[in-house]
Amino acid sequence: MNGSESILDVRDLSIAYGSKTVLSGVTLDVRENEILGIIGPAGAGKTSFLQAINRMDAFNASMKVTGTLNFLGRDVRAWRNAYALRRQIGVVFPLPVGLPLTVYDNVAFAPRLAGKRSRAELDEIVERCLRRAALWDEVKDRLDSLGSLLSGGQQQRLTIARALSQDPVLLMLDEFSIAVDPVTTMRIEDVLKELRQEMTIILVTNLVQQARRLADRTAFFLDGRMVELGSTESLFNGETLFPETRDYIEGRFG
Amino acid sequence: MRASLSTDRIDRAWIVDRIVQVLMFLGGISAVVFIVGIFVFITREALQFVFSRFDVVEFFTSIRWAPTSTNNATYGALALMVGTASVTGVAMLVAIPFSLGAAVYISEFATGRSRETLKVLVELLAAIPSVVWGFIGLTIVNGLIIDVFDVPIGLNVLNAGIILGLMAAPIMTTIAEDALKAVPDRYREAAEAMGATRWQMIRRVVLPAAKNGLVSAVLLGVGRGFGETMAVLMASGHSINLPTSPFDSVRALTATIAAELGETAVGSDHYGALFTLGLFLFLITFLINLTADVVVRGIRNS
Ligand SMILES: Nc1ncnc2c1ncn2[C@@H]1O[C@H](COP(=O)(O)OP(=O)(O)O)[C@@H](O)[C@H]1O
Ligand SMILES: [Mg+2]
Repeated sequence: MNGSESILDVRDLSIAYGSKTVLSGVTLDVRENEILGIIGPAGAGKTSFLQAINRMDAFNASMKVTGTLNFLGRDVRAWRNAYALRRQIGVVFPLPVGLPLTVYDNVAFAPRLAGKRSRAELDEIVERCLRRAALWDEVKDRLDSLGSLLSGGQQQRLTIARALSQDPVLLMLDEFSIAVDPVTTMRIEDVLKELRQEMTIILVTNLVQQARRLADRTAFFLDGRMVELGSTESLFNGETLFPETRDYIEGRFG
Repeated sequence: MRASLSTDRIDRAWIVDRIVQVLMFLGGISAVVFIVGIFVFITREALQFVFSRFDVVEFFTSIRWAPTSTNNATYGALALMVGTASVTGVAMLVAIPFSLGAAVYISEFATGRSRETLKVLVELLAAIPSVVWGFIGLTIVNGLIIDVFDVPIGLNVLNAGIILGLMAAPIMTTIAEDALKAVPDRYREAAEAMGATRWQMIRRVVLPAAKNGLVSAVLLGVGRGFGETMAVLMASGHSINLPTSPFDSVRALTATIAAELGETAVGSDHYGALFTLGLFLFLITFLINLTADVVVRGIRNS
């Protein structure tokens, strides 16, 4: 199932805020159609890592990124059109962000940015993405009510539908279940399992077991470095080279 | 055994709390008392005239404002109302693009020091006394209009509108910028993460989210336009006229009151007529502010 083609090739990545280095020397590749899990305690640098990939560092003047991040063969900072780069990458934030627009407009937002105007085409995209995010049945009768008024779990699925509407090559989820009830978490996990057929996913998670359930390979971040990256199976079978990884997985800290 | 009622007594904190509550209550109702007091005063002075001499049809449809005529005093306020409305209209044409543009720039584009500097400058502009603006209208804008449009007089609707627009723009900018700032950054980040350009993000997310605040900024600007006196008196030409072009001189309601009240005998028809104008203005500005308030309440509830 896993193509071995690499979508994202990270070499010697370092990230600093001002003079404080929060991530250094990260080298890894993300392969087509895999789910790459990233686990590690708070402050390890996971979110910063995702931000560097879609160039969200542009919004924070103190954030400095060095090293290379080849996305589809070109360093993200060499992309002339950062907006086009971001349109290829879907992002789901830890806290759901329903834009203060209708449910419909939330999902139609990215397609409209991409220049789609035909109502029929937008209708089709909105329905398809909401279905795939397991939200359609709950909102199909209230597509024109505000997306920011949905419950937390629904908003998180709305943001997933929105990310899918970009038709992304890469989907990045940052601790999506942090503000979501367990039932919704399970539903979203099922969605992700299906999505793996069509796109590549980076799943940053605070739940070690979630990585175990979903990820093909898992990376462990700790204190600003990547301790190791291996197949999820081997990592969770205790075939890890590093005691910190085992301690973290077994819940002894973090 | 240790349970006891000995702690149930009136202590200092209790007394201070009561005193503060009373003081706050007095502060709160004083605002209401002042508003009602002013309204009662204006109405009382106006009513005498309204019941004795007032002619609704004349007041709202005649342009003959001749209260000092000895044998045929008339009180047609139409020209004054149109004067005020036309000047305010031009002022909004000037102020809305300036203030919304400035607010978007300050809130969405400027950063760090330049943003702070701009905000201070805008607040400084808001503090310029209206007589200074009137002076600018009387000299600079007057000369400019005469030169650019080749008209004999530059004191007219256009001049007063420009001056009033520039006067209203700073406060409108400040309020509009507050409305934009109230839009949470996470919306901006979510939109930009999807690949929206800065402008797409502003147009499709930030402006719609701040809509109510922006509308109320504009309405407060309109209220300011209706109420402004000195600058309009100086820049409008102050002549009674139904304007047919921006180059006609007009007279505003406020300016009429300011210019004439000092020369009337207390209790005379003229005196009462001016208070009737005042009452009319009071009601209009009250309505505008009320609308702005309702609109702002709309934001909080949504
Ligand atoms: N905007 C920022 N400015 C300064 N420091 C930051 C900023 N964002 C994150 N950091 C710091 O970077 C480190 C890594 O943060 P983060 O990437 O959010 O880690 P994680 O997502 O693994 O919890 C933390 O020490 C955090 O305090
Ligand atoms: Mg994080």
